[in-house]
Amino acid sequence: MNRQDLKTIIYAEKKKEETNKYKHKICVCCGAGCISSGSEEVMKKLQEEIKTRGLENEVEVIPTGCMGPCNQGPLMKFLPEYNIYQKVDCSNIAAIVQSQLIEKKPIEDLLLFADSREKPFIDARDDPYFKKQLKIALKNCGHINPERIEDYLVHNGYLALDKVLFEMSPEEVIAEVKQSRIRGRGGAGYPAGLKWETVYKYVNDQKYVICNGDEGDPGAFMDRSVLEGNPHRVLEGMAIAGYAIGANKGYAYIRGEYPLAIKRFELAIKQAKKLGLLGNNILGTTFSFDVEVRIGAGAFVCGEETALIASIEGKRGTPRPRPPFPAESGLWGKPTLINNVETFAAISPIINNGGEWYSEIGTPKSAGTKVFALAGKINYAGLIEVPMGTTLREIVFDIGGGIQNGEEFKAAQTGGPSGGCIPAEHLDVKMDYESLVSLGSIMGSGGLIIMDKSSDMVDVARFFMEFCMDESCGKCVPCRVGTRMMHDLLQKICDNKATQIDLDRLEELAVYVKETSLCGLGGSAPNPLLSTLRHFRKEYESRIVQHD
Amino acid sequence: MDFELPLFLFNKNAGEFYMKSDTAVPVKDMPKTDPRMKLIAAKLKKESFKPDALIEILHTAQNAYGYLPKEVLSYITKALHLPPSRVYSTVTFYHFFSLKSKGEHTCLVCTGTACYVKGAQAILNEIERGLGLKAGQVTADNKLGVQVARCIGACGLAPAVVLDDEVQAKVAPEEIVQKINAKIGTL
Ligand SMILES: Cc1cc2nc3c(=O)[nH]c(=O)nc-3n(C[C@H](O)[C@H](O)[C@H](O)COP(=O)(O)O)c2cc1C
Ligand code: SF4
Ligand code: FES
Ligand code: FES
Repeated sequence: MNRQDLKTIIYAEKKKEETNKYKHKICVCCGAGCISSGSEEVMKKLQEEIKTRGLENEVEVIPTGCMGPCNQGPLMKFLPEYNIYQKVDCSNIAAIVQSQLIEKKPIEDLLLFADSREKPFIDARDDPYFKKQLKIALKNCGHINPERIEDYLVHNGYLALDKVLFEMSPEEVIAEVKQSRIRGRGGAGYPAGLKWETVYKYVNDQKYVICNGDEGDPGAFMDRSVLEGNPHRVLEGMAIAGYAIGANKGYAYIRGEYPLAIKRFELAIKQAKKLGLLGNNILGTTFSFDVEVRIGAGAFVCGEETALIASIEGKRGTPRPRPPFPAESGLWGKPTLINNVETFAAISPIINNGGEWYSEIGTPKSAGTKVFALAGKINYAGLIEVPMGTTLREIVFDIGGGIQNGEEFKAAQTGGPSGGCIPAEHLDVKMDYESLVSLGSIMGSGGLIIMDKSSDMVDVARFFMEFCMDESCGKCVPCRVGTRMMHDLLQKICDNKATQIDLDRLEELAVYVKETSLCGLGGSAPNPLLSTLRHFRKEYESRIVQHD
Repeated sequence: MDFELPLFLFNKNAGEFYMKSDTAVPVKDMPKTDPRMKLIAAKLKKESFKPDALIEILHTAQNAYGYLPKEVLSYITKALHLPPSRVYSTVTFYHFFSLKSKGEHTCLVCTGTACYVKGAQAILNEIERGLGLKAGQVTADNKLGVQVARCIGACGLAPAVVLDDEVQAKVAPEEIVQKINAKIGTL
């Protein structure tokens, strides 16, 4: 397919959309969350209902990726009205169809948040849950059928790839990404443009692009939802990166726990190849780019870039010292660009709308939007995307609907086992890289666990330490032995058997492990401990027994 | 003295490790004896016997058998021309691969952060109380195995449990034993 063919397809698909014979579109959320609440049956039942009523020429039913409020699922969205129904089950489908499509009025009691708000919003876009959000990486998630490339094309899919191939030099692409000031969304927040430029500068006839979809933070599902809801967006971002740095091969490393994401991403690769948007001579140019999926085998440390590379090479996923950084010597010793799923998902809007547009969103040092996976003791657990700099209070109360059962907010954990907690007195902290670091936490990849008073902070620290101890690859002593020692000391405190000496030793160890570990796993393993000590020291001290 | 590791014998005279099963099943016969081996043989061929495809091939084998039998590992080792130590170290590094059967039916309890905060431990306690199984254990008749996972990505629906391949959302500890029994018939 060449450029003209792409334009023709997009034009034809858009025309089809405009002159749509369908008067209504019903999106049924088939993200992993809603599927486990039974959305596939709902979808089947809905299609039967439409058929028995003879509405199949008026109504189009499509499966989509995650719409956001996963714990209210299964969700069903009627377009163009934007009426979203929650907790749909097979028994009330007939009534919804009757009311919505025949009587042309929604059933208010079944709408999204009807059971928790005084009055639900008829047009869901008016709900503060959606109003406070700004969806860029998740733009089409929950709106298009992730298993149809045409759906993505209608929503300006692959236009950015077309633009870079025909109108921009690799240098210009890199300049655009630099101007957007987007920082890597995998945790460390390294400016993506700078990383691209570094890899670009190494001269080598073989380079690689790797998409890090290992998503190790337990309690986070941002990357999963992006891969499931809009896999083509990630693929397009990878291809653009390939063009910019001069790579012709990419790998997507996806967690083995995410079979649906793997399936949809593999399907996306197949579809893109068929249309000539991937593979040899993309859109008739001299640029070729191919992507392969590698499935993770369940090791947290494989999210670390050098360990991930070892794993793709078929070895034990143990990190190695850097430098050399993967940008210089990565996969099979070749210059390699590694970015996170969400980073790649933001590339095509940046190319389409310009780096400047993106850089104006968010805060001066943290540009753009961030996807968070809200979970724990929060009313509306699910997936959200907000501009950087949105306060934690807005996220928890305006978007998340507050704490479950009217309890009080105690703390939020960001950055998972590498991060820290934010106590109630800092609810007004702006969620951006610097502000979180100043509180002793990190942005991390976007996991946001909300806790109420039922969470014992010492046990939380023990929980994360246990995780790091289990996941330590064992290559270096400070982490292998240190995490075990810290875990045992924490256990001792939890069991009310520790003395002040133990606590002092714990704090001392934390610093050693942090400073001397080889990779980020050990380097950040003490973070949850240090941050709970900083904000909840009393909970530790009340457990200390006096030495006799 | 020769000594034994779970999978290997060390022969001091030769100074070499041997895979225990080397004598048990002649490797060249393997693909013919079991249809699942054919799957693995096909995968090996697809990956052109490249050693760096080891993990991909192990995935195929793990999916086909539910675990990695010694004979299968021995076969893969030979086919890829890798030292057994390399295969063994890789297998034991990753949580996904297991050298023992995980049970005909599996109950996977998520112990990721979201599920931890929402009471995953209570579910594990209930399973232990009701069925006498701890995480990592399998019933004597190999019918049911209990495992834990660090997040299955359904955190919005915590606490989550996966019975066989089906995700159970917002599981209450009281109902877990009943759910398991319903799935596999009473133990
Ligand atoms: C222990 C450890 C685990 C990590 N896990 C992940 C992960 O799951 N996903 C991810 O994108 N990055 C992870 N990272 C960060 C990667 O090493 C790397 O910085 C990142 O993929 C770069 O992409 P970005 O610049 O787009 O963020 C992890 C790092 C460490 C030290
Ligand atoms: S810090 Fe821990 S995980 Fe990282 S290399 Fe050392 S032992 Fe392995
Ligand atoms: S999976 Fe349906 S809303 Fe998230
Ligand atoms: S923490 Fe259990 S599903 Fe994520």
